[in-house]
Amino acid sequence: MTYQADEKGYYGEFGGAYIPEMLYPNVEELKQQYIQIMQEESFQKEFKDLLKDYVGRPTPLYFASRLSEKYNTKIYLKREDLCHTGAHKVNNTIGQILMAKRLGKNRIIAETGAGQHGVATATVCALMGIECIVYMGEIDIDRQAPNVARMKLLGATVIPAKSGSRTLKDATNEAIRDWINHPVNTHYIIGSVVGPHPYPDMVARFQSVISEEIKSQLLEKEGREAPDYVVACVGGGSNAAGIYYHYLDNPDVGIIAVEAAGKGVLSGESAATSALGKEGIIHGSKTLLMQTQDGQITEPYSISAGLDYPGIGPMHANLYRTGRAEFISITDEDAMKAGQELARLEGIIPAIETSHALAIFEDRKFKKDDIVVLNLSGRGDKDLSTYIDYFNL
Amino acid sequence: MNRIQQKLQEDKKLLSIYFTAGYPQINDTVSIIEDLENNGVDMIEIGLPFSDPLADGPTIQESSTQALRNGMTTEKLFQQLKDIRKTVNIPLIIMGYFNPMLQYGVEEFCKKCEEIGIDGLIIPDLPVDVYSEKYQAVFEKYKLINVFLITPQTAEERIRFIDSVSNGFIYMVSSASVTGATSGFGSDTKDYFKRISGMNLKNPQIVGFGISDKQSFKEATEYSNGAIIGSAYIKHLTKNGVEKNIDFVKTIR
Ligand SMILES: Cc1ncc(COP(=O)(O)O)c(C=O)c1O
Repeated sequence: MTYQADEKGYYGEFGGAYIPEMLYPNVEELKQQYIQIMQEESFQKEFKDLLKDYVGRPTPLYFASRLSEKYNTKIYLKREDLCHTGAHKVNNTIGQILMAKRLGKNRIIAETGAGQHGVATATVCALMGIECIVYMGEIDIDRQAPNVARMKLLGATVIPAKSGSRTLKDATNEAIRDWINHPVNTHYIIGSVVGPHPYPDMVARFQSVISEEIKSQLLEKEGREAPDYVVACVGGGSNAAGIYYHYLDNPDVGIIAVEAAGKGVLSGESAATSALGKEGIIHGSKTLLMQTQDGQITEPYSISAGLDYPGIGPMHANLYRTGRAEFISITDEDAMKAGQELARLEGIIPAIETSHALAIFEDRKFKKDDIVVLNLSGRGDKDLSTYIDYFNL
Repeated sequence: MNRIQQKLQEDKKLLSIYFTAGYPQINDTVSIIEDLENNGVDMIEIGLPFSDPLADGPTIQESSTQALRNGMTTEKLFQQLKDIRKTVNIPLIIMGYFNPMLQYGVEEFCKKCEEIGIDGLIIPDLPVDVYSEKYQAVFEKYKLINVFLITPQTAEERIRFIDSVSNGFIYMVSSASVTGATSGFGSDTKDYFKRISGMNLKNPQIVGFGISDKQSFKEATEYSNGAIIGSAYIKHLTKNGVEKNIDFVKTIR
């Protein structure tokens, strides 16, 4: 029994590739080649060199002593916020741009919610001199203005998604339509472990560097490779997939997934997919998603643009269904408080996405000698205006 | 023999029209179908609206959003269509995305279609591989023809596989794009039409995407059995309402 994808891209009953025929050649090409390309020595070398010298890996595993003291347990933070561009997203975009080059593509498209994935994509495109088009919901363009400016400065074209809820789901729709319209020269860099097979597995493999590093870092600090718990926020689930990856099949490691409850799970303004979702198909993948009884995808809500997505990756749907992971949902309010608390206790201003994960300690108690590793997926610079408005700074 | 198969044996180039059920008004569905038949349309694709139509351009997206706002649901569509076979004889196909069907229950959905007299389904995001593995038996049980798409990028081997799984026609997407009316086909597109026609497939082909007027209808049907018009018809509906179908059909043939 494994919690990894099988060769058809299924995690239990979730995953697969439910795509229109127009996308078949591109997705099939990727499916046939991604593992082989990733295993090539030249790919591995280029990937590792860039992660080290350009992204700044390995990122530190930091023992948060004041936070640990407050919650009476041992909390380590995996500092993905220190990655170049400010979040874990770049691990994936470095991998995918190298993939795109080997597939002979000269045009890159991406969707973005918080703008972190858009910035990470624009960054690697600048690095490689490849054209970059980023789709972003109109609402997100407003609430993540600094990241829009960053993308433009990096030479990317940002196209607003004006349909539906005008957030991440709709940006993803527009990116998929663009891909249908440009079937030969374009690679779509999906930003999370969502979409048709092979994307969830490919993105998880690129992000798995997170737990790979934790293994050796924890061995050095604690004399063991495996913590008692790994914790991450889940939008689509890529930073979570990265920190879970090497522990998925180790039953001694507890897995905790944190979703955005928005204004409350039952408020009608929420993005807590596991609690509110049902099995269905979104963006080419069979997974859990928020939808009406009639199968129309509903519009999620979260204060955090990166968690404002009505689905979760198929890996996480399976972790939920099988009970392998514990799912917790956190409101806007509790997340904001936890973000401020980390700033004051540890001198680290987290992304609001990450703040959701940090907020679990208030109610979810751990034993004093439990080792809990939390993925500090991003820094809060992009969220300053939200913090300013929220706390009247 | 199914109505689709029968229709395909007629010696003419079939004109098939797509519209979004519940658009412009929720209760226009039946009158649009009846009127299109009266004006000589050969086959109709009834669009079951979806919140996230990935393969559709702005025109069909907007009509779908409006139809959903009007209150269209799967159950509502089945209610509207329950007596359709008392007045309409041409083949009727439901075109929609897979998630609403999955939520309704695939078998239940197929059963309802047979009861009403729906002849076939087009489900862009249900790939032929998944269909043949999981759903073909159910579709066949309820005598539904499932129609698959091919594009200029579809490999020959895959076209042959799609041909082997199909039992009505193959939906030939004119160019690699989402739906939406453009004007005219280039020489690449014509070469593609010719190439497919030369493959001697067991299923006839009907061309869709990008057909909007007499010229594009003529070009699309030169090497195929017919053509499907969607976005151009929806634009006509938006502008002229449901009464002037005769004017639209006259602009095509
Ligand atoms: C800092 C940060 N954390 C988490 C996420 C959520 O994405 P995922 O669930 O794929 O890690 C985002 C998305 O934009 C992000 O920017």
